[in-house]
Amino acid sequence: MSIGAEVPRDRAKRLLLGRGRYVDDISLPRMLHLAFVRSPYAHARIEAVDCTDARALDGVVAVLTAAEIADAVASWRAEHKLFPAMAAPEQFALARDIVRWQGEAVAVVVADSRAVAEDGAELVAVTWHELVAVTDAKKALEREAPVLHDDMDSNLAFTTEVASGNTKAAFEKADHVVEEHFRFHRHSGVSLEPRGIIAEFEPSENRLTVHQSHQTPHQQQDLYARLLSLPEHKVRVICPDVGGAFGLKHHLMADELVACVAAKLLARPVKFIADRLESFLADIHCRDHEVTARMAFSPSGEILAVEVDDLFNAGAYGQYPRTSIAEGNQITRLTGAPYRHEHYTANLRMAFLNKSILGHIRSVGHPIACAVAERLVDMGAAKLGLDPIEVRRANYLHGDDFPRTSVGGVEFEYLSLRGCLDKALTMIDVPGFREEQANLRAKGIYRGLGVGTFVELTAIGPEYYGQGGQHISAQETCLLRLEASGDVRCYTGATDQGQGIDTGIQQVVSDTLGVPLAAIEVISGDSALCPVGGGSWGSRGAALAGEAALRAANTLRRNILSIAAGLLQKDVAALNIEDGTVVEAGISHMTVAEVARIGHFQPYAIPDGIPADLTVVERYATKDRLFLAGNGVQIATVEVDVDTGIVTPLRHLVVHDCGRILNPLLVREQVRGGVVQGIGSALYEELRYDDDGHLLTGSFADYLVPMAGEMPDIEVAHLENPTATSELGAKGAGEAGTAGAVSAILNAVNDAIAPLEATIAEVPVTPPRLLKALGQI
Amino acid sequence: MKAPDFDYLRPETLAEAMDMLSRHGEDGAIIAGGQSLLPLLNFRLAGPERLIDIGRLAALKQIVDGDGFVEIGALVRHCDLASSEAVARAFPLLRQAVGHIAHPAVRHRGTIGGSLAMADPAAELGACCLALEAEMSLQSVRGQRWVRAVDFFAGIYETALAPDEILTAVRLPRRGPDSVQIFSEVARRRGDFAIAGLALVADNHMANPRLALLGVADRPILAEKTMALLANNMAAADQAIELIGNEIDPAEDPAYPPAYRRQLVRTLLRRTLMELLP
Repeated sequence: MSIGAEVPRDRAKRLLLGRGRYVDDISLPRMLHLAFVRSPYAHARIEAVDCTDARALDGVVAVLTAAEIADAVASWRAEHKLFPAMAAPEQFALARDIVRWQGEAVAVVVADSRAVAEDGAELVAVTWHELVAVTDAKKALEREAPVLHDDMDSNLAFTTEVASGNTKAAFEKADHVVEEHFRFHRHSGVSLEPRGIIAEFEPSENRLTVHQSHQTPHQQQDLYARLLSLPEHKVRVICPDVGGAFGLKHHLMADELVACVAAKLLARPVKFIADRLESFLADIHCRDHEVTARMAFSPSGEILAVEVDDLFNAGAYGQYPRTSIAEGNQITRLTGAPYRHEHYTANLRMAFLNKSILGHIRSVGHPIACAVAERLVDMGAAKLGLDPIEVRRANYLHGDDFPRTSVGGVEFEYLSLRGCLDKALTMIDVPGFREEQANLRAKGIYRGLGVGTFVELTAIGPEYYGQGGQHISAQETCLLRLEASGDVRCYTGATDQGQGIDTGIQQVVSDTLGVPLAAIEVISGDSALCPVGGGSWGSRGAALAGEAALRAANTLRRNILSIAAGLLQKDVAALNIEDGTVVEAGISHMTVAEVARIGHFQPYAIPDGIPADLTVVERYATKDRLFLAGNGVQIATVEVDVDTGIVTPLRHLVVHDCGRILNPLLVREQVRGGVVQGIGSALYEELRYDDDGHLLTGSFADYLVPMAGEMPDIEVAHLENPTATSELGAKGAGEAGTAGAVSAILNAVNDAIAPLEATIAEVPVTPPRLLKALGQI
Repeated sequence: MKAPDFDYLRPETLAEAMDMLSRHGEDGAIIAGGQSLLPLLNFRLAGPERLIDIGRLAALKQIVDGDGFVEIGALVRHCDLASSEAVARAFPLLRQAVGHIAHPAVRHRGTIGGSLAMADPAAELGACCLALEAEMSLQSVRGQRWVRAVDFFAGIYETALAPDEILTAVRLPRRGPDSVQIFSEVARRRGDFAIAGLALVADNHMANPRLALLGVADRPILAEKTMALLANNMAAADQAIELIGNEIDPAEDPAYPPAYRRQLVRTLLRRTLMELLP
């Protein structure tokens, strides 16, 4: 069996050897380079743009502003029909009249090299009239705040309430209530490879070919076709090796669209590679929520009710095409979801601000929902003098609770929370830790242990965007082609940015078809070659593309066996394929290669009326199932230096259930990478702006990413409860690490400083914030 | 993030380099390891017309184990400093400090002269030079002059170097056999710029203490009041720890407020003095 085996991915070796082929490694004849003129202000009126000097510079081919591209590209609005009341102001590829965030592009210089383009960009003279910037949601929603968008009455982009039971009465009756005010600051996905594109337009054929560092080639094909008024079959989007994406590469980005416009207008290939400063300025950001939440308990520690108020500091616009609502939506639906309470109310207010657009980055909303609930559980346990681990166990949904629709409206087929907790407790000696903790505290060393429980929404079904009106596929299709040699090419709509889904799909095909792994090549990331599909987002590869591959492999297997049965005059039901050979009760009859050779070159030998297609296509789409929920528990231990405020992670363990596991090695690495990103947002990563909306963290000296030296060993174990909704049984696995890590770290820090009667509820937990919480400064 | 256009000059001798600087000093910049200048160029925060690459000046790559002093050439790289036996014997402070400078890749290119001439207030070596009473050799076609470290640093990214001068070497007077030398700093992650750091150099029983701080002012500074209080008086340790936090006046910083840096230097001094307790 290949499924379940620890197969290393071929791609990893190539990338580690430096033989990767990223967008910036590609160079086309007559290629030009872009540099953008970006707004230095968060909010300003563009009074004039003088491009005379820039256009006169040697090596500059063109300078384009909003006026020059107006006829070449359409505008857009980030609408979602499931949230019809959400504001969706008009967006343009280059700013017109007003810029609404620092870094918004107002002009682009196209030149022979990036260096010359940057020289040209310095020569573009913009006359600005600075306007008052709105940089904080609380202030943005005040009556006297300046309103960002002319067609809106206020900066309130959206507000909603999720409610179940009678929360108000439950809190009034409750014996014990804990409440906390949380701040989750803004950060981003920060892929090692920045955004990048090469756009190439052939006017005689009206053909746009794009190489882009992206997760969703078919979505981009559709968007470029519509926004540039091109026939869709004349647009091809190829995603070569992608050096990390984490959600920031599954949107339309105005910069890359401008590259396509420039290529079309100039009829020459155009390259744009975002540098690190413009990545921080103009990438999609995430989080930036202020949450006030309460949890009500019975005297025995039963969770009775949860109330959440989320103030969402969004960006200047909604992200397109998915909109920015999902993070707030996840928080209002997921907070406290692992627990069996009946009364729940969550309010969301989402405000537009003069900051870069905020959208979907790995584990959208989950880390916040999880940190809020898990912190409140610890606070409640402390208040009641109960063991927080036992409070969790007693309140977890379990056993007969399933299937269940949570009070937040999320469907759970099955969650294995108690199992995950029990497994985790075999990996760490909690009583031993507590004893050591007490001994060390006597010496002035403060260590803490924190638990984080998470549910993980994966494999999003087609209803969410289908009913939303977006052209985003949640259906997956797999095309298998048996070559004349008996080898197999597998074309998938899923894409791989380093997570290894190509290898997982290869394993599914290998097992289902009965041919060796080495005989299968997976081809992905090309909108012209691969079947229409969703690419990569929301942890969908294994569950959706894996199931499609399984179906296609079953069909191809049936056809191979039918041909063999016809040739051999055997009963097809008695035949099987093992290791590339057609066998009957263990006896080899012919190889798949022989079937392929005859199938392609001597088809006259095949009896009529049997399925003999050697290229097959199958699809998989779910129905009436918004998500597949995975779950797990994380436990972190940390040491807090109470004099410097530095937090050092010591141990971090994860027990995770994502259904059937295609490849434990790759799933563990996904979880580890996710934990590292979670620790990043818990301790290091923050996009800081000043009150005028100027970004203060424009380089890696100021924006701290988690580095190997500070990371603990991350121990990962799995329970395997396959979903019954598919034959394969896999759920997604990409959100788990990030979803739970913030909560485990935040709880561990609070556990460490509990003897000092201090608490903290702001992440990242920076040293000054921690010392302030400790009353040291 | 591409550097603006510049001319590139590569002198083979110090004399040639000084000659180039005498002609181009105002609009030229010296490049050695490039660990500070190249990012500035790429960010377009600097735009010199000429880069004068002194990387071939072999005379500046020497460590002279002299009588009463050690002289370190400006082109000595951080990794060379870390592996020099002469430096380790005489100035353990430097070896401790170099371990905090960035990451191996940077330490293999960055030079002591580059770091000092850049005069980043958070750099480790500037504070070490202050603590060790270093003198800097500044050379130009007009001649050579020696400038004390305390006079060399003039402000954030500012030094006593005239536009036509090259920093060629740093001379460190040897300490007595009982010399105490302790370097410590606080950074968020290994290799980050320090938020604050402290270099203590003293003779036995806290005689002639020199306490240099980095990251807390516009240049590396000496905590002179605290030095005076501590001199020959370890019993004043608690007072000194309090004083050093009040003695400094860190600038407002959105990431690390002044109160935080005061707290850090107190902690660093307390931990440093703890090491000296029997």
